[in-house]
Amino acid sequence: MTSPRRVAETEGTALRWLLPTLVLLGTIAAWELLVRLRGIPHYILPAPSLVLATLAANFGSLAQAWWFTIKITFGALLLAAAGGVLLAGVFALSRTVELALVPYAVVLQVTPIVAIAPLILIYVDSTTAALLICAWIVAFFPILSNTVIGLRAADPNLRDLFRLYRATPWQRLRWLLAPSALPYFVAGLKVSGGLALIGAVVAEFAAGAAGRETGLASRILEASFRTDMPRMYAALLLVAATGVAIYLLFNLLARLLLGRWHATERD
Amino acid sequence: MAAAVELRGVVRRFRRGVLALAGVDLAVGAGEFVALLGPSGCGKTTVLRLLAGLDSADAGTVRVGEAATAPVLSYVFQDATLMPWARVFDNVWLPLRIGGVSRAAAEEKIAPVLQAVGLAEFAQALPHELSGGMKMRASIARALVTQPDVLLLDEPFAALDEITRQRLNRDLLELWQRQRFTCVFVTHSVFEAAFLAQRLLVMSARPGRVIAELPVAAPQPRSGAWRTDARYLEICRAASAALESGLAEPAA
Repeated sequence: MTSPRRVAETEGTALRWLLPTLVLLGTIAAWELLVRLRGIPHYILPAPSLVLATLAANFGSLAQAWWFTIKITFGALLLAAAGGVLLAGVFALSRTVELALVPYAVVLQVTPIVAIAPLILIYVDSTTAALLICAWIVAFFPILSNTVIGLRAADPNLRDLFRLYRATPWQRLRWLLAPSALPYFVAGLKVSGGLALIGAVVAEFAAGAAGRETGLASRILEASFRTDMPRMYAALLLVAATGVAIYLLFNLLARLLLGRWHATERD
Repeated sequence: MAAAVELRGVVRRFRRGVLALAGVDLAVGAGEFVALLGPSGCGKTTVLRLLAGLDSADAGTVRVGEAATAPVLSYVFQDATLMPWARVFDNVWLPLRIGGVSRAAAEEKIAPVLQAVGLAEFAQALPHELSGGMKMRASIARALVTQPDVLLLDEPFAALDEITRQRLNRDLLELWQRQRFTCVFVTHSVFEAAFLAQRLLVMSARPGRVIAELPVAAPQPRSGAWRTDARYLEICRAASAALESGLAEPAA
């Protein structure tokens, strides 16, 4: 039997997808109509149909750049997750290390990446490595700070319980601190996912690199030099799609990891 | 009867100079059920934490068990304090797991304990799927699975509704009857203390001291009928009077 509440929930889910989709389709249709009816030239505003056609026509070179940007983004994210968790673990073990290093982590975080990127590009030989470092700097901090907070967020009574039963530091970390920190880590990962993409794209703009081993930012730059608006839009579309995909991916991951027990992901 | 746990002249001063305990003396015999009764903030929890070794005294002596053998201690908190990510079984397994007992080996110890607290069918439930009373039962199961010599309970049923509380009181007495662990039960409820304990220790408001000792000479096992017994009411009246006098005392 289907309860009225279940029906309402299904409707709610449908609405959550349907409504934004309708808004998107409506906007694209209005855009297309506007361009066609007013005869706006493509070097000012290309119609969505032209953007898609350009994307299809140039998919070979764009896909290569896309794959490069994805590699930088996820590479940086992976390093940020590993480094953030590791350093957070060290902070949790030693207050001294934390006091010594936190100011530098903050400086790294608050200095705009566009300002640091040129320096890194000079010091690091490989452009790919430089881009990776830039994206990593941006993605690193949310994971670090969230995990640090998470490791401290363990229930004080449970901590006492582990003390009472004489748990080893390793048992405490595995069975108490790590699960307690997991929701915080995942929240940090969600933020860092988007930031890593931003870092990868921004650093590439600063690098102004050209050639085969370059990402979507370079495609946008090249196209802008030639005022090739449809191509700029096509590359932009891929950047935006990547951002959305990352967002959805980490929401799914959060659900898989926490759905069973954590209030933020429970129905 | 040898005392299982004992405090002699225990003083505990917290940072910023707050005197929590001003010379607490108490002794609980092996297998005895004692209620520690006092107004909130009087240092009852501090006494339990000292007994559990989670805190240390600034002066005086804390003795738990005989010098030669360290007794097995268990602690039940005011909240159920379950790990929200772990199923009931895994929560109860925790103390054994820390001690190096494998899941398979723990099974035969956990099953009867869950049976005893009435959670046999909920071994695979997650804490958020349980009611407040059931969570507390799981917490008690976790405390009992190590077959403790001394069970320390810190206002365990304070957050529960009256009916659930009375049922858990009865069930706790039954478990104690069967296993005869030494039990120190902290509460601010005169009625709960008088229903459960063989002896009431009344503490004064902060700084805490034991100001009265009331033996409860009632037969065990106790049933609901004990709650309407004239002697029960007399003990409640005496304990309330002792609490009142402890509040009236000027802070030292």
